[in-house]
This record gives sequence, structure tokens and C-alpha cells, in this order.
Amino acid sequence: MRAGDRPAWMEKPSRLGAGLKAIVITAITLLVIYPFVGVLGTSLSSESEIARSGGFVLLPTSPQLDAYRAVFDGGTVTRALLVSVLVTSIGTLAGVTVTVCMAYGLSRREVTGSKWILMVALFTMLFNPGIIANFLLVNQLGLLNSFGALVLPSLVSAFNLVVLRSFFMNLPGELLESARMDGAGDLRILARIVLPLSKAVIAVVSLFYAVAYWNNFFNALLYIDDSERHPLPNILRTFILQGRTLESAVGTEAPAPVQAIQMAVLVVAIVPILLVYPFLQRYFTKGVLTGAIKG
Amino acid sequence: MTTPLEAVGPGTARRRTGAESPAVTPQRLPLRKRLWRDRVMLALTLPGLLYFLVFHYVPLFGYVAAFQDYQPYIGFLDSQWVGLQNFATMLGDPRFWDAVGNTLRITLTQLVLFFPAPIALALLLNSVVSEKLRRFVQSVVYLPHFIGWVIIVSIFQQVVGGAGVLPDVLESAGLPRYDMMTDPDAFPLLVTLQVIWKDCGWGTIIFLAALLSIPSELYEAAAMDGAGRWRRLWHVTLPGITPIVILLLILNLGSILSVGFEQILLQRDAVGPESGEVLDTFVYFNGVQDGQWGPAAAVGLVKAVVGAVLVLGANKVAHLLGHEGVYRNAGR
Repeated sequence: MRAGDRPAWMEKPSRLGAGLKAIVITAITLLVIYPFVGVLGTSLSSESEIARSGGFVLLPTSPQLDAYRAVFDGGTVTRALLVSVLVTSIGTLAGVTVTVCMAYGLSRREVTGSKWILMVALFTMLFNPGIIANFLLVNQLGLLNSFGALVLPSLVSAFNLVVLRSFFMNLPGELLESARMDGAGDLRILARIVLPLSKAVIAVVSLFYAVAYWNNFFNALLYIDDSERHPLPNILRTFILQGRTLESAVGTEAPAPVQAIQMAVLVVAIVPILLVYPFLQRYFTKGVLTGAIKG
Repeated sequence: MTTPLEAVGPGTARRRTGAESPAVTPQRLPLRKRLWRDRVMLALTLPGLLYFLVFHYVPLFGYVAAFQDYQPYIGFLDSQWVGLQNFATMLGDPRFWDAVGNTLRITLTQLVLFFPAPIALALLLNSVVSEKLRRFVQSVVYLPHFIGWVIIVSIFQQVVGGAGVLPDVLESAGLPRYDMMTDPDAFPLLVTLQVIWKDCGWGTIIFLAALLSIPSELYEAAAMDGAGRWRRLWHVTLPGITPIVILLLILNLGSILSVGFEQILLQRDAVGPESGEVLDTFVYFNGVQDGQWGPAAAVGLVKAVVGAVLVLGANKVAHLLGHEGVYRNAGR
């Protein structure tokens, strides 16, 4: 802590207060990080080591990749991974495209009816049709057991729409006006001016969509019967949560390699999020979103 | 349902456009011409509008199933109408009342334990003077928000579950082994702890923004007048974030009947339906799994209507108290 950051009128913190604060902040940070380290450590551990440390290894003494070999040999995880990648990439691409177009279309107040269209979208943040209603709709549309059922029901989020719209509305108006003077149409302005200026916020929204699709297990659970076509989160559920209850029913301790394999699957599911997170995180701390959330 | 919308609907829109772009006079043109003028912009909104209508409004018609002996292979048109019988079934079903009780128990636990947590964390983060340290802590605590429920429940299983870390720690401390994941009485607490781990950090964003928007002159003036750290917190900071706290409380009240469906579905079987069933999972198991479409739709309809009434009612209360409610805030 540099003294220069503190305004002159603010009193110096007492040593006790500063110490307590430091302890609390460290504890909170460790509580978040600890499970990640444990999952990674356990996935790299041997049977005996897992048994010795009570099922959660923070620092394996002799890391080994056996669990990962087993995971990618199995076929089930690889197939689920493929489904997840497909759902995530197609869903994100489609969702971002539709959201950007809609947000731009609603970004000028004088457009006839835009207020009403916006209300139609915003109102969906306050109520949810519910599971039965959604299921019956997907059934009526003939989407059950189709790839579309994994993508379409969560195509656009009203929240992301609001984020993009308020960003577009805050773009410098003179720029858009002068382009219009030069004879550029609405589409041309979108492609040549709005999109290049909005790369950062579009990236954030894309990552929001990508993370949501990557984590979604609800759509597959509800709409896809064939577990061979389930994405990774559903495999995690059967493999880790339901698999475990099976073992405890038999009454044996979970054999160690199984635990390493389970943690390895978890790592496979977590790593992509950790990879994109630094890009996302840069924008939150800078406050790109806060204006939109408040607005 | 339309009153609060109308309150900020066309009237305010017209006033605003008029004030902001005096050069354009859209009201003078007939509707047809205005639509033609805006055709490109409107066309761009169409795919999204279609999505919202099809996936968020059309499903509402599915609730006619609540008044039918609905059979999916027969369809809405030919299923037999049964009047209010499904609602009677619902009210006479002890599992429904279990689900209501559990839902309320869990939301209440979350309201008491989870709701204040991000506020406290935001105040703590805000008091960290070093910008670098604050950014670092922020990027750590935001992370769990992006982890899916399946992963989080798996991690909790590993840490507090039967074969996890906690029972071992308890045993080595001479205490009996305790498996929180299968203890029905601890279920609301367990679920709340998971929500805190996932979203406490993320929840601070909105409060940090509110805290940043408090002008620093207020603090300075208060300090000049001799207000210490705690009095500044009480008289400057807290009033500064009260509106946003109230707004979020309203949103919370509206969703009092919805507790994370995914999260609870994943753990319901570990504690059994008597204490693990909530309204959403009840609807899911009763309808989608067991094919009791009519009664399940009745429960879903009651839940949706009560939820909507709660949101609108709480919003009204906020307006009466002089705070900007949800719609006005969102519509701006």
C-alpha cells in the first residue's frame, strides 16, 4: 500500500484494523483458489497419495498424467467434449449475431416502435415461462432430441442485449451523423463504424454467451434423451455425482484412480473457462459493464 | 401487468425523442411512412424479437395444460378439459407442500445469509486503498461466477462430502465424521454456502459501482466535520448505496419462489425429496419425468403468477417509497 493513494483527510488505519483486513482478504482469496488447486492436484496424483491425503491433494509429489490418458481414451468424455465445443461455438456465434443486430436496431430512440420492442425483451428478465411451458414448446416445435434444442432456447439474453445497446447508444453521435451525411445507410454504419468501435464489448458479450453454453446442462437434460449426445456438464453429472452415489451404495471406499479420473474430467471442464477468464476479467475491473448494469 | 409498463411506455418515449432530436419530428409523419423510414433498423431487430416472442411468450400458452388432462401425443386441441381439477390435485398433494416449505426455507436462508454478503465484501474491497491489490482480489472473487453448477457441486462433494476433506479434518480433531451433502437439515445452509462461493464476488460489481459514484467531496466534508471512519460509513456510504440495495431486494422478492433449479436438481437425491424438493424440481419430476403434465403445469402456473405478482407489487412499493423501480431503471 503506497501512502500516496490515500487522500489527505483520511486517517491512517490502526494496526489492528489493517491486520484484520489483511487476514480476511487473504482468507477469502484462499477460499476461492483452494478448490481449484485441489482438483488439479488430485487429478495428477497416484492412488496411494490420494488415500494418504484424504481425497484432496494440493501438491502431488510425483505428478502423473495417467488419469488424463484414461479420460481421453474412454471415448465418452471425448465425445461429450466434441458436443460441448460444437454447442458453444455455434451457439455463441448465432447468439452474438442476433444480439448485435437487435441491440443496434434498438440503439436509436427515434426508431418507431423500438421502445416497445425493447420492453418485450426486457420484460423477459422478470419472469420465466417455467420448465413445463418450455418443454411443451420445444416439443411442439419438433426440436426434441435435435441439436437446435441445445442452442435455440437460450439464444439471446436480455442482459447482454442491454449491455450492447447502451454501449452503442453511448458511441459519439457526431461520428454516426457525419457518416449519414456522407450517404452511408444504417447497415453500412453498423459495419464500418459501430462494429469496429465496439470490439471490446462484443468480445465480452461473446465470452458471456460462450461460458453460458459451455456450462449449460439443463437443455440437454430436458430435451435430449440419448446420453451419447450429451455435452460435458451432463457427463460430469453422471460420472462424478451419480457415479459416486453408486459406489457408496456398494459400501466400498472410492478407489483412488477413479477419483483422479473424476478430477481430471473436472479439469477438462474448468480449463477453457480459466483460459478465457483473463480476457473477460480485464473488462469488469475496468468497469465496461457497470455503466450498462446501472443504465 | 401492463400498468407499470404503460407508465414509462409511449408517453415518456415521445417526450424523450422530442427533447433529444428537435430536428426530427417523427410524430408528424404517418405511421406507415415512419415504419418505412426505419425499415432497416426494425428488420435488424426482427430475429431477436422473434426469439423472445417464441421462446419467452408463446410458451405461456402452454399453461392451458394446467386445465387439461394433457397428453403430449394428443396435443392441446384434443386433450380433455378438466377445469380446476389439477389445482385440486396440487393442493391435496403433500409433496407439493413439502416443495413449498423447502423453497421458502431455502430462499429465506439465502436472503439472510447471501444477500448481505456481497454488500459486506464490496465495502471491504472499497476500503482497500491500493488499486493493484483491489484489482487482484476482484479478479479472484469474480471467477467462481463463471463456473457451472455441476462443477461447483462436484467440488463441494470433494471438500465437504462423505469421502471429502471436512470429515477427515473432523475425525482427526476427535469429532465424529459428518457428511454435509447428505444431511437433510443442513440442506438450506449447504445450498446457500454454494451460492455464496459462486456469486458473492460477482455480486459486488453492482455495489462497487454504486460506491464509486458517491462523490469523494462528501467524504472529505464529513471528515472535516469530524466524522470518523464508522460515522462516514453510516452517514455517507450506506445512504449512497441504499437505492441499489432496495432495487436488488425487489428483484429478489420477485424470485422468492425460484431457487437455482440446476443446483438443487443435482443434489436433491442426496438428501431425499422431503427436504431437497423445491417447486421447480417438483414440476420437473412430476411433469417431465412422470408424465403428470396437467398437475405439473398447474404448479408451474401458480408459481409464475405468484412470482409476477410479487415483482410487480414490490416494484409498486418501491415507487411509493420514492425509489426508481425496475422498469424505469431498465427502460432508460
